[in-house]
Amino acid sequence: MDDLINTQPPHLYPDYKSTILRSPTKPLILAKGFNKDLSMPVFGESCISEMDNDLTKNASTGGQPIGERIKVAGKVMDQYGRPIPNALIEIWQANSAGRYIHKLEIHDAPLDPNFLGAGRMLTDKEGRYQFYSIKPGAYPWGNHYNAWRPNHIHFSIIGHQLDQRLVTQMYFPGDPLFEYDPIFQAVPKHARYLLIAKFRMDWTDPEFALAYEFNIVLNGSKQTPFE
Amino acid sequence: MEQLKTTPSQTVGPFFAYSLTAEQYGYAYNSIINNVLTVDGRDKIHIKGQVFDGAGMVIPDAMIELYQADVSGKYRDMPINEKNDGFTGIGRMGTGTQADGRFVFTTVKPMLADGLAPHIHVILFMRGSLLGLHTRIYFSDEEVANQNDELLNAVPAERRPSLIAQKKETDGTITYLFNIYMQGANETVFFES
Repeated sequence: MDDLINTQPPHLYPDYKSTILRSPTKPLILAKGFNKDLSMPVFGESCISEMDNDLTKNASTGGQPIGERIKVAGKVMDQYGRPIPNALIEIWQANSAGRYIHKLEIHDAPLDPNFLGAGRMLTDKEGRYQFYSIKPGAYPWGNHYNAWRPNHIHFSIIGHQLDQRLVTQMYFPGDPLFEYDPIFQAVPKHARYLLIAKFRMDWTDPEFALAYEFNIVLNGSKQTPFE
Repeated sequence: MEQLKTTPSQTVGPFFAYSLTAEQYGYAYNSIINNVLTVDGRDKIHIKGQVFDGAGMVIPDAMIELYQADVSGKYRDMPINEKNDGFTGIGRMGTGTQADGRFVFTTVKPMLADGLAPHIHVILFMRGSLLGLHTRIYFSDEEVANQNDELLNAVPAERRPSLIAQKKETDGTITYLFNIYMQGANETVFFES
């Protein structure tokens, strides 16, 4: 495969230490053509609650989380730019102090009682989605001495076929931690920009929230325009 | 036609549970995908296993997803409108809720037509994995169908056993055991599309 076409990280990236014992050592087997009949289950609107895409409110405490309010919006599409409607997007993130609510998180930054940090929604018929949230903080992790993750929001996307299943992370423009982060660096250099949201002044909600655009492109091996 | 670049994959990390598997881990958030794929009592089977790293240690922070057809070989085409609405065809479980890092699914054995052996698609996500890993569960009691399965036959013979879940029946409960080995002599076969 042409090196400039592949945008995906390798399985083994030794600078990200957990990959050493957790990545396959034998070549993957090509299954192209064997998953043709598999369409993924689609979720109906009734699975999603009204507040599921508003992380500034969905802790349901009535209080406001602390931090910079942001809107994250974009489009999910296939490689031909065609929108993928009804894709399930699930997100999770640290709070503005860089703390996850996960029970095993040991970083001693404060929890925010008004922030859950998880949300979900379905893309509309144009493949669009939009979340409100709080800008996540950076946090330290144990990969190497003085390791810090850049600010990021985790995204999980379920499209309509087996190879439209993606888990990724969205980053913020200009983060000084990019060059020190092996998870971000594992992505081929020419493709890293695809994970960085674009600041959109024209999408901001005046007096309320700054806006970022993050578009997601999934594989589209089925139903190509040439079929 | 010029193609857009696909969004790079990143690891699910260690802290997915309160979003992706919140109910299983006891977080105050509901789940729309769970480890029970069928609410119907008929034809029920369990799929149990553990995920092992290259040092033979059980991985307690992985997430397993299943995608499969129903007992008549049909993939669900109706939208899922409430949790566990009939047979969902999609399952998800984190390995951090049982003391031994086990995953346990309640589902049905799919039937597949056209000479293909019954199988379940598995996608594995975890900290230390930069890409979701795809594998398949085949069934030990489908020997003839397995022998004729084109994809299984594309796998080197010595590696095929890693894809076959072993049937165990106790007191009428049918369980298939399917461990996933990231590395070593029994390394699980993973697929790319």
